[in-house]
Amino acid sequence: MLTYSNYSEKISQLKNKKLSLQENVQYFLNQIKTKEHLNAFNFVFDDAIEQANTISKKIEDGTAGKLAGMVVAIKDVLAIKDKPLTCSSKILKDFVSIYNATAVKKLIDEDAIIIGKTNCDEFAMGSSNENSAFGAVLNPVDEERVPGGSSGGSAAVVAAGLCDVSLGTDTGGSIRQPAALCGIYGLKPTYGRVSRYGLTAFASSFDSIGPFSNNVEDAALVMEVIAGYDKNDSTSVNKGIPGYLENIALDKKLKIGVPKEFFAEGLDPEIKESIETQIEKLKSDGFEIVNIDLPHTQYSIATYYILTTAEASSNLARYDGARYGTRKENPKDLIDMYTSSRSENFGDEVKRRIMLGTYVLSAGYYDAYYKKAQKVRRLFKNDFDKAFELVDIILTPTVPATAFKLAEKMNDPLAMYLGDIYTTSANLAGIPGINIPVGKNSSGLPIGMQLMSAQFNEETLFQMSYYIQKKLL
Amino acid sequence: MNSKYEAVIGLEVHAQLLTNTKIFCGCSTKFGNNPNSNVCPVCLGHPGVLPVLNKKVVEFSILFGLATDCVINEKNVFARKNYFYPDLPKGYQISQFELPIVEHGHLDITLKDGTVKRLGITRAHMEEDAGKSIHSQGDETLVDVNRCGVPLLEIVSEPDMRSAEEAYLYLTKLKQIVQYLGICDGNMEEGSLRCDANVSIRPVGQEKLGTRAEIKNLNSFNNVAKSIEFEIERQIELVEDGGEVVQETLLWNADKNETYSMRGKEDSHDYRYFPDPDLIPIHISEEWKNEIAETMPELPKARFERFVNDFKLPEYDAGVLTATKNLADYYEEVLKETDDYKSASNWVMGDVSKILNEEKIDVSKFPISPVNIGKLIALINNNTISSKIAKDVFPEMMKEDKDPAVIVKEKNLVQITDTSAIDDAVTKVVDANPGQVAQFLEGKEKVIGFLVGQVMKETKGKANPQMVNDALKNKMNEMK
Repeated sequence: MLTYSNYSEKISQLKNKKLSLQENVQYFLNQIKTKEHLNAFNFVFDDAIEQANTISKKIEDGTAGKLAGMVVAIKDVLAIKDKPLTCSSKILKDFVSIYNATAVKKLIDEDAIIIGKTNCDEFAMGSSNENSAFGAVLNPVDEERVPGGSSGGSAAVVAAGLCDVSLGTDTGGSIRQPAALCGIYGLKPTYGRVSRYGLTAFASSFDSIGPFSNNVEDAALVMEVIAGYDKNDSTSVNKGIPGYLENIALDKKLKIGVPKEFFAEGLDPEIKESIETQIEKLKSDGFEIVNIDLPHTQYSIATYYILTTAEASSNLARYDGARYGTRKENPKDLIDMYTSSRSENFGDEVKRRIMLGTYVLSAGYYDAYYKKAQKVRRLFKNDFDKAFELVDIILTPTVPATAFKLAEKMNDPLAMYLGDIYTTSANLAGIPGINIPVGKNSSGLPIGMQLMSAQFNEETLFQMSYYIQKKLL
Repeated sequence: MNSKYEAVIGLEVHAQLLTNTKIFCGCSTKFGNNPNSNVCPVCLGHPGVLPVLNKKVVEFSILFGLATDCVINEKNVFARKNYFYPDLPKGYQISQFELPIVEHGHLDITLKDGTVKRLGITRAHMEEDAGKSIHSQGDETLVDVNRCGVPLLEIVSEPDMRSAEEAYLYLTKLKQIVQYLGICDGNMEEGSLRCDANVSIRPVGQEKLGTRAEIKNLNSFNNVAKSIEFEIERQIELVEDGGEVVQETLLWNADKNETYSMRGKEDSHDYRYFPDPDLIPIHISEEWKNEIAETMPELPKARFERFVNDFKLPEYDAGVLTATKNLADYYEEVLKETDDYKSASNWVMGDVSKILNEEKIDVSKFPISPVNIGKLIALINNNTISSKIAKDVFPEMMKEDKDPAVIVKEKNLVQITDTSAIDDAVTKVVDANPGQVAQFLEGKEKVIGFLVGQVMKETKGKANPQMVNDALKNKMNEMK
């Protein structure tokens, strides 16, 4: 059993020796074994114990970093030097990274312990973690159900107590949706807040790296470490990083916007009721609740899938078997090497998106699809800019439904895509969003509530989330 | 060429920019290193890597734009050109598409008859080079990624050229400009300057352009000219025989001197260009542009005029000397030791260039330093040695790049200007050649040449020939 409820407690127990880091890591390794059937890890690092030895010494010497002894799992789309980087794809099944992603390096530099790499949808494409060459991940809350995706493994390991926190990536909801389905916290930061260097690109202008955690404080602390400008990522932004954890107490009553478009047809009534209960509680606590309009919401899925597949079709061109990755043996010729290596080693969903993306970028279709979608994307930004002139926070459900059964939607990609309806907007607009586990439905499945804020205003998200965690739940 | 037709030619030139590091990563751009040694995760296209733009590439491109009177675009966007090839690690090339860095410029060429023709530059854009595929023995293809990410400036001309000669002159001029700017070494053989030619023909007087063929794989100036000439003739013959030119990509076979079709579906490529989301648009401010304009080196035209005006050189000399920056630099280095501009020009265009042409080397590889050539000229002009002796000193300098004064001393080649020594030799020669002396005295003054030669022989070539001439005349006139 864990003797702490957040990292601040953990580090003080480590410092006053009420807790042994080695025992803590061993505990996690044992739990990982016990929960092996969840299939949440692609790789578990045996050297975690050695890391623990080194870091406990540092803690004793008082030279340890900001995250000393925090046990972290990393989604298997992020590069860790000398460790496998598979993106849960057959095409990279034997690939080992020769460098560290910036976010990972920052964690290591602050003495976090990397315990393993988590399962995910292949190249982060999916909403159920069923599109993985390593097989599906089970939801720890109900093992007959999916954990969500694409960062299903990263959500499951935190929900199942197999590590302290994890990193995931969010291109259209891949952190917030699995966090909602597994009942934990998950933050997608502002685009450009965390360096993408070392994040295997799915859709470069959408991808963000963020934390999963069981409490708001740990997410805030991890963000303090991984955020910031990186000279290796031209799209990262050079802006000061507030003390998210230090400033986590909310000192004013915020204005909260509720967009009616997010409560329309298709939303599970139990989720609707649960979110409305939270809104009522906030109102009675003195928060001003304002109805707002996000009029282009109905176009979010279409816009999102045009732009992300276009970028993906180009980003995934490098996996051709020529220089690294899985190559078709004894191909007839160059074309056969390309087509066979790719046909045999990409999964169906990845192929579907590459084809969609290739189509929307093709001569004659570019203007009608890609260019048009870029213009619509601008409208989303405008909608949110306008909204944040009126309110500090936008509050919505994270997903329209709770965790669904394994295989339930595998033959209906469109239904699967529609599950992203509430999350894709934040990626289109480049703003941050967080999932807060606000309760459970009648079958005991977690319900998630999403908060969004203006760009680079993660601080307010953490404050509001912390308030809800402390006062409302 | 059949006078019923005119040719229309446009050139696409790829110039490798002389930056120390690649366009999107910190790897070296050095040519000739071991295969796959100038590489990192970024240029290898590993999962998760991102490009970061080398600022120098932008600055070099702006410099080129300014030198060719182009418009410098304020907003610059990089685009991905998507295609599969083993030497293209990312499966796309980062290039520019809709918004190139510079466009609408021109350069002037001087035709054989002296007329100046202005040729348009449509655009020039920044991009990364691909690697090299080496099709070795058997069915293996090896890939060398060293060249991946070496910065290129692709310079596209207007279809303004009407003959192979004009294309040749355009290319020569372009090479001269990029060399003067110091942004490209212009070496076609090593591939740092590469050229594709678009060639079409049309009946004289017709506005509409004919169907063009693109010739690739041109690795020398001569091949550019020869292939265009061949292609024009081929197209005219084809049309005259009732055929039709098809749009296709041709390769040049330099051994057979003919173009042949690649037979690929090159032209049906859909590159699916779209803005690269990994790179933010670059904005070129007026200030930045001005800063770069201030670093603009002297261009060939200005240097030519300076050579004519300041050094009083004939236009021919100025043209030859400024043809390449290196030769002009060499010439000006020579002038550090002598003010005799014309002699310096004669030496550089004569003895020096002769060896450069024979050895097919650039002046930067010439064994004698320009300073020593200048010193040699100074030795002649202060009568230390004769020009004839100088011709003997020069080969010695080729062997070892020494101060010519030292060579002259070591070999005891100092000119004799001592009148008594010359007089002695003159007396000896006059006494020994009574016949020729008599001829001279009879008015056959030409014979003095023979007698001067004899005196020079007597003095082992070291006597000052003018002094010998004078002394002989005096001596013989006394005998009248």
